[in-house]
Amino acid sequence: MEKFTRLTGVAAPLPMANVDTDMVIPKTYLKGTERTGLGKHLFAEMRFNQDGSEQPDFVLNRPAWRQAQILIAFENFGCGSSREHAPWALRDFGIRCVIAPSFADIFFNNCFKNGILPVVLPKAVCAQLIDDAQRGANATLTIDLETQELTRPDGERIAFEVEPSRRGRLLEGLDEIGATVAKADKIDSFEARLRRNQPWRATALAAPA
Amino acid sequence: MSGPRTLYDKIWDSHLVEENEDGTVLLYVDCHLVLEVTSPQAFEGLRAARRKVRRPLATIAVADHNVPTTDRSAGIADPLSRHQVETLERNVREFGVPYFSMADIRQGIVHVIGPEQGYTQPGMTVVCGDSHTATHGAFGALAFGIGTSQVEHVLATQTLIARRSQNMRVTVDGALSFGVTAKDLILALIGTIGTAGGTGHVIEYAGSAIRDLSMEGRMTVSNMSIEAGARAGLIAPDDVTFDYLRGRPQAPPAEAWDQAVAGWRMLPSDPGAAFDHEVALDAAAIAPQVTWGTSPQDVVAIGATVPDPADEADDTRRAAVARSLAYMGLQPGMKTTDIRIDKAFIGSCTNSRIEDLRAAASIVRGRRKAAHVEALIVPGSGLIKRQAEQEGLDRIFRDAGFEWREAGCSMCLAMNDDRLKPGERCASTSNRNFEGRQGYGGRTHLMSPAMAAAAAVSGHLVDVRDLMR
Ligand code: SF4
Repeated sequence: MEKFTRLTGVAAPLPMANVDTDMVIPKTYLKGTERTGLGKHLFAEMRFNQDGSEQPDFVLNRPAWRQAQILIAFENFGCGSSREHAPWALRDFGIRCVIAPSFADIFFNNCFKNGILPVVLPKAVCAQLIDDAQRGANATLTIDLETQELTRPDGERIAFEVEPSRRGRLLEGLDEIGATVAKADKIDSFEARLRRNQPWRATALAAPA
Repeated sequence: MSGPRTLYDKIWDSHLVEENEDGTVLLYVDCHLVLEVTSPQAFEGLRAARRKVRRPLATIAVADHNVPTTDRSAGIADPLSRHQVETLERNVREFGVPYFSMADIRQGIVHVIGPEQGYTQPGMTVVCGDSHTATHGAFGALAFGIGTSQVEHVLATQTLIARRSQNMRVTVDGALSFGVTAKDLILALIGTIGTAGGTGHVIEYAGSAIRDLSMEGRMTVSNMSIEAGARAGLIAPDDVTFDYLRGRPQAPPAEAWDQAVAGWRMLPSDPGAAFDHEVALDAAAIAPQVTWGTSPQDVVAIGATVPDPADEADDTRRAAVARSLAYMGLQPGMKTTDIRIDKAFIGSCTNSRIEDLRAAASIVRGRRKAAHVEALIVPGSGLIKRQAEQEGLDRIFRDAGFEWREAGCSMCLAMNDDRLKPGERCASTSNRNFEGRQGYGGRTHLMSPAMAAAAAVSGHLVDVRDLMR
C-alpha cells in the first residue's frame, strides 16, 4: 500500500453534498481488469460532454485546478456503490486527499487502502476551505498526517483527527494482507472451533482441493 | 455471562479471530460472494503475491453486472464486458472457486442467488464486493459490501480487518395498508432518516410490520440499508427464515437441520439489549412511495407534489433540490401523478424475486402497456425466470407488450446494453436514482414492482391502489 505523510497541493472545490461513486467514476469505466488508467475518466459525466469534449466549467477542467491533488466537498462524499474504482480514479488523476464533513463508509475505507487520506472536518470549515480553494493555484493547502494538521493558505492551522490504526497504516504503507496471512495459526484454530460447533458447515470449511 | 446483547453483537462476538487494542478486529468471513466487476484486480493481486484462495468452497462466483439479458447463445457482444466475464472464468478455474456460468440456470444477480441457493444463513458473516450485500441481512446474517482490496484480503485469509459499527434499531409496528409493500416501507424510512441517516451503523429492522414480511419483502428492506447510509441491515431470523431455507442446496443437511435451527433461535436480540439509536415508523401511515430526485431520500408518497427548492431553508439542500429537478426535468409543485414515463424496469437485487414478479403481474393482467412505454421485466435468477414461466407470468407480461428477459443486473446500472437514453424517464424497481445510473442523462423514479407495473400500463406515475380496486 502507498504511504501518505505530508502533502502540499492545489485543492479543487466541489461544493456539493452526496457526491456518489457513480459520479466519481461512471460504470462505463468499471469494465477494466486493472487498477490503473482510470484518472482520465474521473467524474467523466460531469467533466466531459457526450462527444468527449470537455465541459469548460467543470472545476477539474479549469486551468487553476487541472493539477489538483486535494478535493473538498460537502456531506456524505462517496456514497453509493462499493467500487474501489472510485479511489483508483481519484488516485490515478493525482488526488491524494479528500476533505468533507462526512463520508460514506465503504468509500472511506477504500481510500485508506489506496494511499488517499479522507479528512473529516465540520461543514463550516469545509465551506471556508472551499472559499480558499476557489482562489485556485494561489491557494495551496498543506495536509500533514504526522501532526494531523491542515494549513490554510493564510497560514492558519486546523487540526483534524484520523483513527490511530488507520493513520499508522497509512504512514507506514503497510501490506495488510501479508500481515494477516502471517496469522494463519489463529485463523486455523478459529476454523477448528467452527467445525466443532457448526458441523453442518463442513463443506464450506473443506481445504482447497 | 455478559449482559443482554443485540443480534449484531452476537454475530460480531462469534466471529472474532483476533481483537486489537486500537479497536480493529480480525473478523472471520463465512461466505464470500464474488462477481466480475470488483474481483479481477483482487485475483491479480493474489497471483502477484503467489497466494491461494484460503476457502474456495466458502466462496461463490457469478457474473451478473455485465451479462446480456437478451439471447445469450452468441455470448457477450461488448468486448470489454466479455473480457471481464472471461477474466472471472479464468480466475475461478485457476483458484478453484465454484462458479455459476451464464449458461447455468442458477445464474443470476449475486444477491438473489446467494439466498436462493441457501448460501446465506442466519448468524453468518457474508461479504461481497458490492454494496447491496446488505440484502443478505434479511436472514439475520451480518452482510456488507467491501472494496476490491478487501476482496483480495478475504480471498487470501477468509478474514477482514473490521471495526465495530454502531447499532441502530428501526422499529416498524402496525400493518402495512392495502397496496403498500416492503419497497414503500424502506423508501419511506430513507425519506425520514436520509441517505446518511444510518452512516456508521448497522440497522436492525424490528417490529410487527417487519415480522409480517415474507423473506422476499425482508430482502427488499435490508437491500436498501445502504441507501439509508448504513453498513448493513439485519432482521431477526424466525420461522419465516427457516422455512425459506429448508431444503435449499447449500442449507444444512436434514440430519443437521434441527441442530442448526436450535443455534439460529439463539440469535435474536435479547430483551433489554441496548441500541445506540432507535427510530420508529408507523406502518399504517406509509403510502406507496416514488422518488422525484437524484437521491433515494428524494421521496414522497404518490399523489404528493414535487418539492420547491425555495421551501428549503438550508443552502446546500436548496441547491441540491434545484440541481435534482433540473436534471430530472421536473417543475416544482407539479403532481407526481403527472410525471410521464418512457420506460419501466422491473428487476434488480431489490425487486426481482418471484413475489415481485407476481405483484407486477397482478397489475398487468388483462391490461396493456401504454403505447409509448417500453417495459422490461428482468428476473433475478434463471430459476426465478423458470418458476415465473411455470406460473404463466411471462405470458401475462408478454401479452401486455412487456419484454421478458434473462437474469442479470440489467438496467439497474446499465453496464450491459439495457439503458436509458439521455432525457428518458423510467419507473424503476431498483435502488438508486443517481444521475446517469440507468444510462447517461437517464431519469429514474424508484418505486415498488406493483407501482412500476401500474406506471407502465398508465404511461405516467400513478397510485397503484387506483388500479387495484
Ligand atoms: S441489481 Fe443493481 S444494485 Fe443489485 S447488484 Fe446488480 S447492479 Fe448492484
